[in-house]
Amino acid sequence: MTIVEIGLPKRLVEMTLDGESVRVPEGATILDACTAKGKSIPTLCYGDTLKPANACRVCMVEVEGSRTLVPSCSRKVEPGMVVHTDSERTQHSRKLVLELLGSATDLSTTPHVDEWMSACGADPSRFGPEAETKLQPTIVDNPLYVRDYGKCIMCYKCVDACGDQWQNSFAISVAGRGFDSRISTEFSTPLPDSACVYCGNCIEVCPTGALSFKREHDKREDGTWDESAQTQTTTVCTFCGVGCNLTLHVQDNEIVKVTSPHESTVTHGNLCIKGRFGWQHVQNR
Amino acid sequence: MDLKLLDVEPTEAERVVVDLFTGMGRDQLLPALHAVNDRVGWISQGALNHICRVLHVPPAEAYGVASFYSLFSLSERPAKITHVCVDLACQVNGAKALCDRLTDELGPAGAKSGWLRSPCLGVCEKAPAALAFEAGEVAKEQLLAPTHAGEVIAVAAAGPSHVDGERAEVPQAGSPGLRLLKRVGVVDPESLDDYRATGGYHALRTALLLGPSGVIREVSDAKLMGRGGAAFPTGRKWDATAKQPVRPHYLVCNADESEPGTFKDRLLMEGDPFAVIESMTIAGFAAGCSRGYLYLRGEYPRALHLLRNAISKARERNFLGENIMGHEGFSFDIEIRRGAGAYICGEETAIFNSIEGFRGEPRSKPPFPVEKGLFGKPTVVNNVETLVNVPVILTEGCEAYTRVGTEGSTGPKLFCLSGNVSRPGVYEVPFGTTLGELLDLAGGVPPGRELRAVLLGGAAGGFVRPDELDLPLTLEDARAAGTTLGSGVVLVLDDTADLGSFLLRIAAFFRDESCGQCVPCRIGTVRQEEALHRLVGKRPLSTSAADLQLLREVGQVMRDSSICGLGQTAWNAIESALDRLGYAEEAAK
Repeated sequence: MTIVEIGLPKRLVEMTLDGESVRVPEGATILDACTAKGKSIPTLCYGDTLKPANACRVCMVEVEGSRTLVPSCSRKVEPGMVVHTDSERTQHSRKLVLELLGSATDLSTTPHVDEWMSACGADPSRFGPEAETKLQPTIVDNPLYVRDYGKCIMCYKCVDACGDQWQNSFAISVAGRGFDSRISTEFSTPLPDSACVYCGNCIEVCPTGALSFKREHDKREDGTWDESAQTQTTTVCTFCGVGCNLTLHVQDNEIVKVTSPHESTVTHGNLCIKGRFGWQHVQNR
Repeated sequence: MDLKLLDVEPTEAERVVVDLFTGMGRDQLLPALHAVNDRVGWISQGALNHICRVLHVPPAEAYGVASFYSLFSLSERPAKITHVCVDLACQVNGAKALCDRLTDELGPAGAKSGWLRSPCLGVCEKAPAALAFEAGEVAKEQLLAPTHAGEVIAVAAAGPSHVDGERAEVPQAGSPGLRLLKRVGVVDPESLDDYRATGGYHALRTALLLGPSGVIREVSDAKLMGRGGAAFPTGRKWDATAKQPVRPHYLVCNADESEPGTFKDRLLMEGDPFAVIESMTIAGFAAGCSRGYLYLRGEYPRALHLLRNAISKARERNFLGENIMGHEGFSFDIEIRRGAGAYICGEETAIFNSIEGFRGEPRSKPPFPVEKGLFGKPTVVNNVETLVNVPVILTEGCEAYTRVGTEGSTGPKLFCLSGNVSRPGVYEVPFGTTLGELLDLAGGVPPGRELRAVLLGGAAGGFVRPDELDLPLTLEDARAAGTTLGSGVVLVLDDTADLGSFLLRIAAFFRDESCGQCVPCRIGTVRQEEALHRLVGKRPLSTSAADLQLLREVGQVMRDSSICGLGQTAWNAIESALDRLGYAEEAAK
């Protein structure tokens, strides 16, 4: 059975997007309007299953009458709003934000970032070889997760997924301040001693690969991770009666990763430790 | 909430102070952290764990909050610690030599040697300054200002003495015509009777007669603009909050002044604490608030003592509490919240997160505080100086008030004079006084020296040249001249000042104080400081021109795309030094 959301029909709001008149449902964000018009706006901290964190500032656009640029992922469209997504100011902002991120963080596993960088001519090496970075050793303190915070852009998504937006485990938080801020358990306690329940929902939302499944990480390390050779099959978890959708990522007739569709009304992309990691028995031959 | 706690227990001393919070909630996290810090001087794993148990806060989140504030240490440190100010006004007045001596005698700054470098302590008129702290059953704090290495070393060893009877002083004390400063340095700040004998609580009586909308009308007609830096019309803020149907409404008095070179609110709170309490009560009455929070920066021990005294005396005499002054149905009370070393908590939405027990990170606006503020309810946030203008308006009437100052900037204004100036201190002048007149009032630069520049508005403000002293100090003239009055900072630099290190300090300040939430500010302030180091040290990446260009590009993205005012203004003063003081040419040589 497909669940269809039934509500009052929404009013349409008229706005101008890059010179073109656009009508979007009331409550839509500028990003929604751009997506509807087929305009691609880069985003990093935006998550389709999370409240906007407004932290990465990659999606900034220019709204006429606003002193500063505004985050398109969270700013709702207002009647008569005039938005420019490709003005000189937005281009400069996007370029600099990507350069700043790239100068401090390892973005090598962040999807699309190379395209965005070349599209706007960003060059993170401009800040010189002595620019301070966040590079640090990878943390492997448990058999399921790998945490490589040298790749972390502080988007808050893992904290939000772990906290009151989804999992309510509150195992991690942002600690410290400014450039020294970091994602941490209390007193940097190893994950097995923390409140972590290994649901993997933080990894699901991580946009840079700073968090990864140990299995995927190991296969990437020894060069056997091959996404092009993987199939994805969505099924239903057999462990309990909730009926979560599982997407099995299979490579060489072996499950290598389990995710859940974000549009699933049961999971919204979230799983528990059993659905996420309890599949070894399938391939015990 | 099912919490997973660490397997670590607090010490007996820690347990006792934390247990006092039993039955309370998350919003007591910051006070609980203060309680532990006051008792033992740092936050141990056992103490944090116990706080989490008592207040039902997840340990990771409590750790995130505790590590946000620079006055707290999450690693062991001695009970005695001295914070030595190295910020702008102190730098100009010998802080570097002071720190060099301390490094020689006590060892490099750090917990082990018992002293730390600190951002602005807000006593710029008595630079260089230090704040000595000793944890214990009764925590002791002593302000050393102006100080010297000998005194810091002696106090660092012996611990601060608790008795601190020094009175607030302003150079104009007792002069006729003062409105905001009329009691400062003249009237006993501990006596409610003295306060009433000098007109205190007259304004609240008037307010109760006028009714909330009458008060808002007076304040609106007086054209009172916020004095914290953003200059928003106060009447409009109050009106917008008063009209919100959602209850309760909250009032927050922003006394977290941490902009380097700002100390006017401290003088008001130390010199005339009852006026702050009365003003908050009037604001609460007008905007329909039942509760007020006074968010005081953690580095102001004397103001804390005097405000606590004022609140308890006001309660005793029914100037706070239920049915205030016999006015049926008007109840209002005030809670003081101590900050813990975070400039960003003076941002009007970060202050909410801090009070609620979360990290002091600014929220995204909209929604604005008048709609969804503290605890998600309609909230008025006003700066101390803004509030103490209200009794003046109600006593003199809005027409008389608008005759002070200029058309666009009404009323009196406080300015904080510091740096290379003969008589530093807080001065009250009508808006429209020129910068030159203000400098003359403070005796100008010391004899034999020449004026080099004035930093107007603070680290987020801009520089003014000696040939621009005829600038009338009004909101509109400052704006037209491409600068800002900000929080009223007038930091004077003479020909002996080292502009390069001064700018580096501004850059270091913003790097240290960035909350880290958004990329432009978190990384931009670091890149700005790096580029400035290269320019000042004449070690360009390729050419100085390229470094200048880089600096400008980083500045632009911080201004355009940062979440809050801190990031948006972190480049202002440096840009103005490059362009107005000619530092760009100097650096490119």
